[in-house]
Amino acid sequence: MVIVGVTMIAFFLEHLLPGGIARAIIGGRATQQQIAGFNKANGLDSPVWYQYWVFLDKLVHGNLGFSYKQNRSVDSIILNDLPRDIMLVGTSLVLAVLIAVPVGVSQAVKRNRGWDYAGTAVSFILYSMPSYALGLILIALLAIKFKVFPAIAPQGATIGAMLAHPSGLILPVITLTLVTYALFSRYMRSAAIDSLAQDYIRTARAKGLSERLILWRHVLRNSLVPVTTLIGLSLPAVLTAGLVIEQLFNFQGLGLEYFTAATSYDFPVMVGITVLIGLATVVGNLLADVTYAVLDPRVRY
Amino acid sequence: MALMPAAASPEWDALATKERADEDQEGGEVFQQGTVFQLVFRTFTKNKLAIVGVAIVLISVVFCFVGPLFYHTNQIDTNIINSNDAPSGSALLGTDNNGFDVLGRLMVGGQSSIEIGLSVAILATCTGVVYGAIAGYFGKIVDTVMMRIVDIFLAIPVVFLFIFISTIIAPTTWLLIVVLAGLSWLAPARLVRGETLSLRTREYVNAVKVMGGKSRRVVFRHIIPNAVGTIIVNATFQVADAILVLAILQYLGFSLPFPHASWGEMLSQGSNFLSDGYWWEVYPPLVAIILIVVAFNFIGDALRDSFEVRLQER
Repeated sequence: MVIVGVTMIAFFLEHLLPGGIARAIIGGRATQQQIAGFNKANGLDSPVWYQYWVFLDKLVHGNLGFSYKQNRSVDSIILNDLPRDIMLVGTSLVLAVLIAVPVGVSQAVKRNRGWDYAGTAVSFILYSMPSYALGLILIALLAIKFKVFPAIAPQGATIGAMLAHPSGLILPVITLTLVTYALFSRYMRSAAIDSLAQDYIRTARAKGLSERLILWRHVLRNSLVPVTTLIGLSLPAVLTAGLVIEQLFNFQGLGLEYFTAATSYDFPVMVGITVLIGLATVVGNLLADVTYAVLDPRVRY
Repeated sequence: MALMPAAASPEWDALATKERADEDQEGGEVFQQGTVFQLVFRTFTKNKLAIVGVAIVLISVVFCFVGPLFYHTNQIDTNIINSNDAPSGSALLGTDNNGFDVLGRLMVGGQSSIEIGLSVAILATCTGVVYGAIAGYFGKIVDTVMMRIVDIFLAIPVVFLFIFISTIIAPTTWLLIVVLAGLSWLAPARLVRGETLSLRTREYVNAVKVMGGKSRRVVFRHIIPNAVGTIIVNATFQVADAILVLAILQYLGFSLPFPHASWGEMLSQGSNFLSDGYWWEVYPPLVAIILIVVAFNFIGDALRDSFEVRLQER
C-alpha cells in the first residue's frame, strides 16, 4: 500500500515536468513532430493512468526503465551500485550499533556524571552537524593535515576493485558511522536507563549477581531490543547522510548516482532510485517490527 | 515552582532536585503560582543550556540582520582580483573564490537560513497539527487513510524528494519554504494524532460534545490547546531540522541560484580549497551552521523538560 503510494509520487513527479518527458530526453530543440513521434514510440500519448499501469506492470517484473543519458537500463545501473551501498551503509550501521550500545549502557550506569555529560555533548554536536560538515572536518584532519587516509573513495568498476583499496573506504565509513551513532546514542542512553530501572534488574541485584553479569546479561540484552526499531526508523536519515557522504567522497553508490542523475536530468534513474529507497524504508520498518516481536515475546501484533 | 508537593519522590533527576532546593523556601505548600506558561517559562529560564541556546539564536539574528547595516560588503558583483584573500583589516574574515567578503557573506547567508528555517517550522507545524488533530479526532477510516498518506511521504527521505522537485521547478525562496514545509509536516502530524487519540477520550471533550459543541470547536478549542507542549517542542526541533536540511541542499547545489549567499553554498565552495589552507572559507560557515542548529536543539530539549515538569507537577 505504502509502496504503491511511493511509486505514484515518483511517477507523477516525473510527469509534472514542464514541457513533458519527451523534451527532457530528446532535447529542447526538438520539433513538434519529433516529440509526437517519440511520444508515440514510447506510449507517452496514451492517458496518464494507463501509462502508470504500464509503469507498475514493468516494475513488478523488475524493469525500472531505460536511462537515455547513460544508454543503459536503470536495472543495470542500480544493480551495479547497490552492493557498494549495502557495503557502506551496512558497515556503518553495524559499527554504529556496536559503538552506541555499550556507550549508551555505560552512560546510563554513570548517569549525570562527567562521562555521561561528555558523551551527551559529543553526540549532541554530531547530531547538530550536517553530515558533510563532519566529513569535511575528518578530511581536513586525517587526509590533509596528517595524511593518514585518502580523501577520495576508491574508484572501481566493481565492488572487488573498490575493496582492493580499503584505505579509501575508511573515511566515508567513519563519517557515516558517526552520523548514525549520533542518531542512535540518545535513544540508547534512555533505553538503558529504562532497563536499569526495571524490576528484574533489582531482582538480579537481590540475587547477588555481580554488577558485570547484570550489565551484560540483563541491561545490554534488553537495551538491544529498541535498536531494531531504531535501525528501521533511521533508514531514511542514514540514506540521506549516505547521499551527502557519497557526493563528498565521490563514492560511486546509489546516492551519488541519484545526485548525478538530478544534475543531468536523468529522470528514469531518479524514479528508479526513489522507488527503491521507498521500498527499502518500508521493508526496513517491516523487518524491524518482526524482529522486535521475535526479540520481545511480550509484543504481539 | 508551584504545585510541588513537599514529599516529592527522591528519584527526580538533577534538574528537578535543583528546583526543589528553591522550593523549600516556599514551605512546599500546594498552591498555584501564575499560569501554566509562566510556570514553564520559569523552569525554562533555570536551564543553563536553554539560556545559552536563546543567546546564540539572538546573537545570530542580530549578526545576520543588523550586522550588514554596519559592515557594508558587496555580495552581488564578483571581484576576481581579490579572490581567496587571507583575513585582513579590509576583509575581517578574508574573501572567497569569487572575491566576496566572507564575513559579510556569512551575515547575508544566515538571513535566508533563519528566515526559511523559521517559516518552514511555523508552516509545517500548523499544517501538521491540524492534520494530525483531525485524523486523531475522527479516527476509524479517516484516521487510517490520512495516516497512510503520511506513511507514504515518510518512506521517501526529504532530501531525495526535494532534489527531485528542484529538477522540475527552479527553486525560489517561497518555493523552498512551501516545499520544505510540505515535506516536514509529517512529524508533527504523527505526534499530534497520537496525542489526540488520548485527549479525545477525556471528560472535558465529552462535556463539550454533550453540550452540543461542534467537532471544529472540540478540535481547535480543546484538543489542540491541550497538546500545545508537544507542538511547541516539536516546532523548535523543526527549525533545527529545516536549517540542517537546507544546509544539505545548499551544499549539494539544489537551492537558490548564484549569487544568492547561503552557508551551505559557502561551505561547498570553500571545501574546494580545503587543501590550500584557506581555513577562513570553510570554518566560519561550518561553525555558524553547527552553532545555530545546536542552539535550537538546546532550546527544544529545555522546552521539553519544562513541559514535562509541568506534567509531573500536576
